[in-house]
Amino acid sequence: MTKGQAISLQKNDGGSLTAVRMGLGWQAAPRRGLFGSRTREIDLDASAVLFADKQPVDVVFFRHLVSDDGSVRHTGDNLVGGVGQGGDDEAILVDLARVPVHIDQIVFTVNSFTGQTFQEVQNAFCRLVDETNGQELARYTLAGGGAYTAQIMAKVHRTGANWTMTALGTPANGRTFQDLMPAILPHL
Amino acid sequence: MTAELVRGQNHPLSQARLEIRVSAGKPVVAGATLSDEHGKVHGVEWVAHPGAPTLPGLEVSRQAAADHRLAVDLGAMPEAVHRISVLLALPTGVGGPVRFGGLAAPFLAVTGLDGSEVANYTITGLEAESAVVALELYRRQGAWKVRAVGQGYAGGLADLFADQGMAEAHQLAAGINDAVAQGLARSVQAPRTTDGDRTRHAATPTLGADQGGAAAQGAVPPPPSPYGTQPSGTPGQPTSPYGAQAPGTPGQPPASPYDPPAATDPPSGAQPGATAGGPVDYSHPRRQTTAPPPPPPTAPPAQPGQPQQPVAGDATGWSMDERLYNQVWGMFEDLARTMAAYRSAVDFADSRMEKELDEALSDPRSRIGGQSDAAREAARAKHTQLVDQARSALDRDLAQLAAEADVVEPALPAAYARWDNPVWHGYRVPMEIPMALRLGDLHLPEAPQLRIPMLVRLPLERGLWIDSGRADSLDGSFTDSHDLKRLAMESAVAHAARLLAVYPAGEFTVHVIDPAGSGGQALVPLVQTGVLAGPPALGAAGVADVLARLTQRVDLVQMAVRGGAPDSLPPGFDTSEQLLIVNDFPHGFDDRAVTQLRYLADEGPAVGVHLMMVADREEAAAYGPLLDPLWRSLLRLSPVPDDHLADPWVGHAWTYEPSLVPPGSQVLQQVLSRLAAARTKYT
Repeated sequence: MTKGQAISLQKNDGGSLTAVRMGLGWQAAPRRGLFGSRTREIDLDASAVLFADKQPVDVVFFRHLVSDDGSVRHTGDNLVGGVGQGGDDEAILVDLARVPVHIDQIVFTVNSFTGQTFQEVQNAFCRLVDETNGQELARYTLAGGGAYTAQIMAKVHRTGANWTMTALGTPANGRTFQDLMPAILPHL
Repeated sequence: MTAELVRGQNHPLSQARLEIRVSAGKPVVAGATLSDEHGKVHGVEWVAHPGAPTLPGLEVSRQAAADHRLAVDLGAMPEAVHRISVLLALPTGVGGPVRFGGLAAPFLAVTGLDGSEVANYTITGLEAESAVVALELYRRQGAWKVRAVGQGYAGGLADLFADQGMAEAHQLAAGINDAVAQGLARSVQAPRTTDGDRTRHAATPTLGADQGGAAAQGAVPPPPSPYGTQPSGTPGQPTSPYGAQAPGTPGQPPASPYDPPAATDPPSGAQPGATAGGPVDYSHPRRQTTAPPPPPPTAPPAQPGQPQQPVAGDATGWSMDERLYNQVWGMFEDLARTMAAYRSAVDFADSRMEKELDEALSDPRSRIGGQSDAAREAARAKHTQLVDQARSALDRDLAQLAAEADVVEPALPAAYARWDNPVWHGYRVPMEIPMALRLGDLHLPEAPQLRIPMLVRLPLERGLWIDSGRADSLDGSFTDSHDLKRLAMESAVAHAARLLAVYPAGEFTVHVIDPAGSGGQALVPLVQTGVLAGPPALGAAGVADVLARLTQRVDLVQMAVRGGAPDSLPPGFDTSEQLLIVNDFPHGFDDRAVTQLRYLADEGPAVGVHLMMVADREEAAAYGPLLDPLWRSLLRLSPVPDDHLADPWVGHAWTYEPSLVPPGSQVLQQVLSRLAAARTKYT
């Protein structure tokens, strides 16, 4: 999946998805030379912001693990990463059927809480999985690894009765999602 | 809805009495400066700090701590004060960090007294600063607002105060540091953890991880009690059943802090399910099996396109008891959240319509012709459509939860069941303490028919307070204070009888203090069946006697437990849990008795001595704030439906209704008679 690409979350058989998972995985870039085996903790955080008509209504992040309405759940903060290519270090589950009717967009972001830029992170990815059968719908690599500390990953938004995911992949800077709000707004 | 503030952002404050919670991960000093409309601080007496923690309408804590709760009463602020700057500083000279850059980002939350969060702010981007103005509360056109500031000072408090134009900045900063150093010397150090410099939750994908919900997000350590008593001010200790023991944790709660001796072997005749000639059951009656639990009942496969048929016990747990407990809490959470979705959607629809109507009015083009009407019509139609959608989503969820309640309610064991449940007619004295006890029902105004059992874990972690003091009930009908007292005592008796009934014979003892004898009629079921430890204590002498015995008991057990020798209790010592019902407080209480009562409230629960106050707080008003900690430590219940309980996830106000015996029913007498009979056999 590349920047700007949109994927409809309607199943091939015509039924629509009911639950999706936004997974985030990463590994710290290895050090070279002496004491290269010392681990350096890199803490990336996945967050989801729920919007109604461009107004932020609720946020799911490490301090608020479940949206008030229960439709979006964060599986918990991972402070060090490490799963890398295998599985997800942090995941946000979205029960699409339970999303309140006025919420029309959900934006997923990744921040580096410890402040390292994505240059120091390896194998960072975000992916969207059909939670009902585990099938990967889309994968988006934190490409390039530029000198920034945050990325607005993707958004899931309503199109009629169904949901569509659009990859955004916009780099930004900030420690938590709050810092990203100005960068998110143009994508709504 | 909680406002997540960013630096410079402001938010209106609708409540006058607020709490500001600070969470910094490491001990920090919290204080506040007051300033007038020109931003001027009128000297040191306008600064609240650990050395001078109390100002009119403002109180800060006396020492440095990782977590603070600042009490603010905007209504009590002097007229001259126009701005309150909340500041944080790192204590100097105590070996802690010297720059905020070395700490996790400090987190502040402005909450109402019920724990509902109004706004919060995470101060990010701090580096070499050692003092910071975190928030400002300020007057704007007669109303108060909060603003996220986050202005740091590398030179510490001295620079901060100097920046606010105070001449005595250096002396004041030095004085605060002295007060803090003294305070640190007095206080118990928090245990160090490897994760100590972070305030964040590690990954815990269990239900427990979200117990803080929106009201108190993860970084605020004491989660608001799920049954936080609103009128008594700050939420009490966290008593979330999830906090005490995560659901799904195997093992039942400890029966009592000390081991029950073998003498409490159950009477053989009362063994439920023991059939003559059946196989001998070698399992210990009070020990949890380590074998895998039997599989939970499985739901029949759902029809395609139809929601799953609900089944009772369809939750995790080692026993049916635990599964039902977890299922009830799951229903509670689902109802809270689905209602949050509905209310949020309706609020949004309302505010959007308001905005669009305003626009239609202010647009000069639309004043001509019917355009304005059409625009307004369209705005209303959009509103109706969204609200209808929200309502149908709510109805869908409510139907599913109602279907679940319909199968769960009849399947509940006696301890969780309503008094009208047939399970009470087949009551037998239990062999084991159940996981939890039903204190009543909870519901929300949008779905009055959907009742969630309010289950609290046993043994009780907090005492109970049956409030006989509020004469205005929810439906507006006026209940006079005499009636209310009677109702309060009746519900106290129903709660006490239920506690007696769900404990094994002889493992729960109830004492009653009824100084004026006014509760005599309500107490009849307990007195006549002889399940009380003794007749209700009358007069000042009776009060003194009962309190002295229970205080002595707490002392004795505490000594034994602390000395690591719980076996050293005197022979024949009654090891059962104790409940003391106090009616008509403070009638018959002298100062010494009040002190003993407070001691029991503080120290009793840990050693199995619990309080049930049936009281009107106003009647004890003469004691002033002395008794505030007592009321706060108790779980407040009302004898009539009242919406004073908040859930731990979203903080809705739930209407509580006590579990009462249906009028005319003899079930209470039957149950207590069986219990009395079982006790006779046992002794």
